[in-house]
Amino acid sequence: MERSHSFDRRRVRLPLGFGDVSPLQAAGLVAVIALFAFFPLIDRNAGHISAVADAGYFLLLVFGLNIVVGFAGLLDLGYAAFFAIGAYTYAMVASTQFNLHFNFWPMLFMSACVAALFGLILGAPTLRLRGDYLAIVTLGFGEIVPQVFLNLDKYTGGPNGISNVDQPVFFGYHFGFNPIPYYYLYVVVILIAIVLLNNLKRSRLGRAWMAIREDELAATHMGVNPVTTKLLAFAMGASFAGLAGCIYAAKLTLISPDEFNFSVSVTILSAIVLGGMGSLLGAFIGGLLLALLNFMVLPQITNWTHALGAALHNDAIQNADLHYIIYGLILVLVMLFRPEGLISNASRRAELHHAQPAESAAAAGTE
Amino acid sequence: MSAPLLAIEGLTKRFGGLTAVKDLTLHVERGSIASLIGPNGAGKSTVFNVTTGIYMPSAGSISLDGASLVGRKPFEVAAAGVMRTFQNIRLFAFMSVLENVMVGQQTKMHATPLDDALHTPRAQREEQAVAERARELLEFVGLTSYAHEWARNLPYGMQRRLEIARALGPQPQLLLLDEPAAGANPSEKRDLMALVRSIRDRGVTVLLIEHDMRLVMGISDRVTVLDYGEKISEGEPELVRRDPRVIEAYLGKGA
Repeated sequence: MERSHSFDRRRVRLPLGFGDVSPLQAAGLVAVIALFAFFPLIDRNAGHISAVADAGYFLLLVFGLNIVVGFAGLLDLGYAAFFAIGAYTYAMVASTQFNLHFNFWPMLFMSACVAALFGLILGAPTLRLRGDYLAIVTLGFGEIVPQVFLNLDKYTGGPNGISNVDQPVFFGYHFGFNPIPYYYLYVVVILIAIVLLNNLKRSRLGRAWMAIREDELAATHMGVNPVTTKLLAFAMGASFAGLAGCIYAAKLTLISPDEFNFSVSVTILSAIVLGGMGSLLGAFIGGLLLALLNFMVLPQITNWTHALGAALHNDAIQNADLHYIIYGLILVLVMLFRPEGLISNASRRAELHHAQPAESAAAAGTE
Repeated sequence: MSAPLLAIEGLTKRFGGLTAVKDLTLHVERGSIASLIGPNGAGKSTVFNVTTGIYMPSAGSISLDGASLVGRKPFEVAAAGVMRTFQNIRLFAFMSVLENVMVGQQTKMHATPLDDALHTPRAQREEQAVAERARELLEFVGLTSYAHEWARNLPYGMQRRLEIARALGPQPQLLLLDEPAAGANPSEKRDLMALVRSIRDRGVTVLLIEHDMRLVMGISDRVTVLDYGEKISEGEPELVRRDPRVIEAYLGKGA
C-alpha cells in the first residue's frame, strides 16, 4: 500500500503519511473505520462487544511483536512475558493485593515503561544471538517470567493471581464491567499505535531495523549501531505488551500466571506470520482474524458441538473440544496456500512459491 | 607532499597460525584513486576488514586524517567517513532501492527515536533531505527509474552500482570498493571506470581492490600489490606492471 504506480488513474492521498490509495480503497478504509467506530451501536450483544474489545489487547500484542520480529527480524518466542509484566505492574499497585489504588491512566504509561525496561533487560544479553539461538533464549525468558509470578506468592498471589483489580475511571465515569468503554479505549489506543508504527516504519529507526533484519553486517558498515537499534526494538516492542497487559488486567479485574504461557506467545507470532511479516496492514488483519477466531467463532462452534452431542446423547461429541483442531487446521491451510501471509509484497510471494522473482517489472516503479 | 588521508603503518593480522597480512604500510593520498591488487588469498579483503573495524589488527596502526581507526566498531568507522562495498554484494534485499541508499545516510541523521515515532518537523525535514540526496545519488549511478523496486530484483550489475550509491550516501572521505568489476562484461567495466573517476571528481578518495589488471592500470594513481599478505610492489601503474616480482606472483616463475 506504500508503493505508488504512475499508471494508476486517480489516487487519494491519505493523511499522516499513510500513502496514496485508489478511491475504492479509500472508501473501503472509511467504511472499516466507521464499522469500528459504531460497532457497539450496530451489535448490541455485550458478549460480542467484549470479544471484539479483547481483540484490542491481542492486536496491541501483535503490533508490538511485529516491531521485534517483523521489522527488526529478531525471533522472540517469549513475548507473552512482557504482557504478563504489564498486567502485573498494574494489578499489584491497583488492587486489594497491597491496598494500593494507583490511578489507571498514569499506570497505563508506567506499565508500558516497566515492560520496556524488561525488554532492555532481556535484549542486552541476547544481542549477539540470532535466529534459532535467540528464539531459544527468549523462549526461556517467556517460561521464567510466569514462574516468577507463580512463586512470588507473597506479592503476586501465586497461582490464584491477583483479583479485585481496579477498573478505570475517566473524569468521574466508571468503566465497571460494561465492555463498551473498554472497546473505545482500545480503538483509541490502537489508532494511536498505528500512526506511531507507520511513522517509525518510514523513519531513520525503521530503516535501521529493516537493515539489521536484511543484513546485520552490511547495516553496521552503513553506520547502523546494532546495539542501540536492537535494544530499541526490544524495548519498544515490549512497551506495547505492557500497555496491553495494563488494560487487560483492568478489564478482566483478575489475572493469574497461567494466562501468560507459551501458547499466548505462539498465537501472537502466528498472527504476524498469517498477516505477512513486517507489514502493518498484515499485522492488523492477521491479529484481528485470529482474535475473532479465538474469542468468538471457535467458542461458538464448541457450543454447537456440545449442544449437538447433548441432543444426540453422544458423550464423545458433547465433550469434544474442537477449538484447537479447527484453529490448527486453518493455520495449516493458510500456510499451504499462502505461505507469505495474507498481506505481502509480490517478490516475497514469488520466492516462497519457488517461482522466479518478477524480473524487473521495474520500469513501472517510476514516480 | 601533504599528509595521506588513509595511513596504514606496519599492519599485521594473524588468524591463529595464519598471517593474512604482514607488516603492511599503505598510504592513500587525498583525492586519489588507489588500488590494492594481488592473487586470490593475498590478504586484500583482510586489509578492508581490519580498516572498517570487523577485525582488530594484530599489530600496526590505521588512521584516517590523523585519527586512529583501530578499535572502532564498523558503524563508528562509517561515521568517521569510511564507507565500503562488499565482494559478495550485500544489499538489503527486501528494501527498496531508494531505502537502501537512505540507510547509507544513517550517520548523517540526528532525529531521535521520539522524533521518528511522532514524525516531528525535525524528522520530516531530515527525511526529505535524505530522500533528496538518495535520489540524486541514484541518478548519479543511473538507477533513478528503479527507485521503488526491491533491491533483490535488480540485475547483478545494477546491484553493484546500487551498493556504490549506498556507500556514497554520507559523502564519505574514503570509499573502499571491494572488487566492483567482478562478474562485469567489458562494456560494464568501461562504465565502471568512468564511474570511479567521477566519484573521485566528487571529492571522494577511492581505494579499490580489483583482479582486473587492465581496469586497475587504467584508473589508478597508485597501485599496491600484495602476495601472501606482504607488499611486493608499489608505485605508479606502469612501473608496477613491469615489476618482475608482480609478474611472477601473477603468472608464476619462469613465465
